[in-house]
Amino acid sequence: MIAPLLVFGWGNLSRGDDALGPLFVLRLRERLGAAQTRVDFLDDYQLQVEHALDLRGRERVLFVDCSVRCAAPFEVTALEPARDATFTTHAMSPAAVLHVYREMEHREPPPCTVLEIHGERFELGTEPSGAALAALESAVDWGERWVRGAVTAGEGEEPPVLRGVQQVVKVG
Amino acid sequence: MTFDLETAASPKGLRRVAIDPVSRVEGHGKVTILLDDQHRVKQVRLHIVEFRGFEKFIEGRPYWEVPVMVQRLCGICPVSHHLAASKAMDLIVGAVPVTASATKIRRLMHYGQIMQSHALHFFHLSSPDLLFGFDSDVARRNIVGVAMAYPDIAKKGVLLRKFGQEVIRATAGKRVHGTGSVPGGVNKHVSRADRDALRKDLPQMLEWAQDAVNLARQLHMQDAAMHDSFGSFRSNMLSLVRADGAMDLYDGVLRARDASGRLILDGASDQGYLDLIEEEVRPWSYMKFPHLRALGPEKGWYRVGPLARVQNCDFIPTPLAEAQRQEFVAWGGGEPVHATLAYHWARMVEALHAVEVIGELLDDPDILSGGLMVTGTRRSEGVGVIEAPRGTLIHHYTVGADDLVTMCNLIVSTTHNNQAMNEAVRSVAREYLDGVEITEGLLNRIEVAIRAYDPCLSCATHALGRMPLKVALLGDGGEVIDHIARSSTGEIVRDLAARVRVDG
Repeated sequence: MIAPLLVFGWGNLSRGDDALGPLFVLRLRERLGAAQTRVDFLDDYQLQVEHALDLRGRERVLFVDCSVRCAAPFEVTALEPARDATFTTHAMSPAAVLHVYREMEHREPPPCTVLEIHGERFELGTEPSGAALAALESAVDWGERWVRGAVTAGEGEEPPVLRGVQQVVKVG
Repeated sequence: MTFDLETAASPKGLRRVAIDPVSRVEGHGKVTILLDDQHRVKQVRLHIVEFRGFEKFIEGRPYWEVPVMVQRLCGICPVSHHLAASKAMDLIVGAVPVTASATKIRRLMHYGQIMQSHALHFFHLSSPDLLFGFDSDVARRNIVGVAMAYPDIAKKGVLLRKFGQEVIRATAGKRVHGTGSVPGGVNKHVSRADRDALRKDLPQMLEWAQDAVNLARQLHMQDAAMHDSFGSFRSNMLSLVRADGAMDLYDGVLRARDASGRLILDGASDQGYLDLIEEEVRPWSYMKFPHLRALGPEKGWYRVGPLARVQNCDFIPTPLAEAQRQEFVAWGGGEPVHATLAYHWARMVEALHAVEVIGELLDDPDILSGGLMVTGTRRSEGVGVIEAPRGTLIHHYTVGADDLVTMCNLIVSTTHNNQAMNEAVRSVAREYLDGVEITEGLLNRIEVAIRAYDPCLSCATHALGRMPLKVALLGDGGEVIDHIARSSTGEIVRDLAARVRVDG
């Protein structure tokens, strides 16, 4: 049985703020509790081609990463498949993963959103900064609403996701 | 001592240019090229910032944490670090040898890693260059172009890699951050359900792995002159082999051959690597230059990885890969194959071997039951050596009576290949650099040469169109003749006014 929602964070737990992606997965899983079955949680060091297969059978997918480019505390972007230059790298973009899905499955991927949490320090062996952890907490609050938006769709609460890859919500 | 084109003979008027792109991943590559006033190439250097602070990251930690923590050193081949550290820590806890079940489960994990890593490199990182040529349109030269022209290739690459990842999950416990291998053995068997699921998919994987090696061989042979000469140079080759000379990527003794294929080192215990290998520091690079101590830095440098392994061994102990190895060796006509691009062919021979080994191990009942752990007399020092996808990986630790790591020394595959990658880049510069205008084709050729080694620096060499590789040409007076770079979107930017940091 495939869970309808997937939360996928990536990064390295031992490289300072780069840990925000997997830490988001950990924190959101804790908040939602072990009993819930509607959400799958996955994490990895980097996105790669095979992660396209993790999108199969999903209703919605949330990708979570740390970013130096986004505004603090986090930004949310609706994703579309894109043939960007990361196809031949060891660190694909989420849009490129969606494109692999479309090529593999010959269908459009499920609605996908990327949540970028602002970070600045990435040295090996360092902990996430205080500012990054504060941003993480705000992002987890948003992530909880993203999940609840699916669970309680009939209640009228909409997660703040915009449509179109160029549209960005700046939070904070 | 120095190598041809490593350092300009007359440095007057020439300056060293260092360009440091901002990077949040493990390291970055940069190439500097110095010209005289006739635009003749005088100096070419590939600089790679090595993994920084690895040793300090590990020192002071309890030894039992190390096999898990070292996976965080590298997001590309964490399993290799996991297993090399485990092998070293086996010695610390006196678990020599570990049980048959532990050895086989670790081997299964390792060959899963080899398979998925090699599949990614060939199908998704290199195939665009190999299929379309180095000068093809940039937009076409990516996996989307491959998928359009060769519909099955992209899909096979994804599914081969997925299978390898599933092997890792079944043996390490998780797809990432695995905890399966521990000092003294492993902590779980392979489940029967996982074993059965993997066996079901194996015939398809075997067929695709055979297709891949056939494709790699055909690509090499159909333009043999170019493939044999591009970035080519002669060198020694180093790897582990099994005691009887068979290819073994998990364990063995150290063997090296010279450029003519003669054995110059054989049967050496990996525990004595410090007596055999010395690392030279050169002031212009952060990364050390290993060489065989007995031969010195000028004659003792070597290549590691698939090209070395396929030719260092006497045979491959699985039938399909052995048949392919024989074809590979025959291509050299009695001499070792030194072509940089032959790495791709050798890599696919190994991928096929990995699938065959996985099949053998899935049929072995020891992965489902049997002793998992042993202990023995506690020691203070251990060395673990493994043939990682990219080459020989060395982990060396000392541990105090308080169980904390007091010393850590790692020599990763990319470091072993440092001199070789520099030689490959210089060979390409000699052959293709026109001295005045840097073309996109030149940039790509430099990348192609580096990429053949599959160095484990994700943004340094695996980012076609995104690789933070900038090239600057300077005249004798230090003036910027040309400066070209790629943007993060793959756009080629030529900007003579760009800020170029000049050191010295």
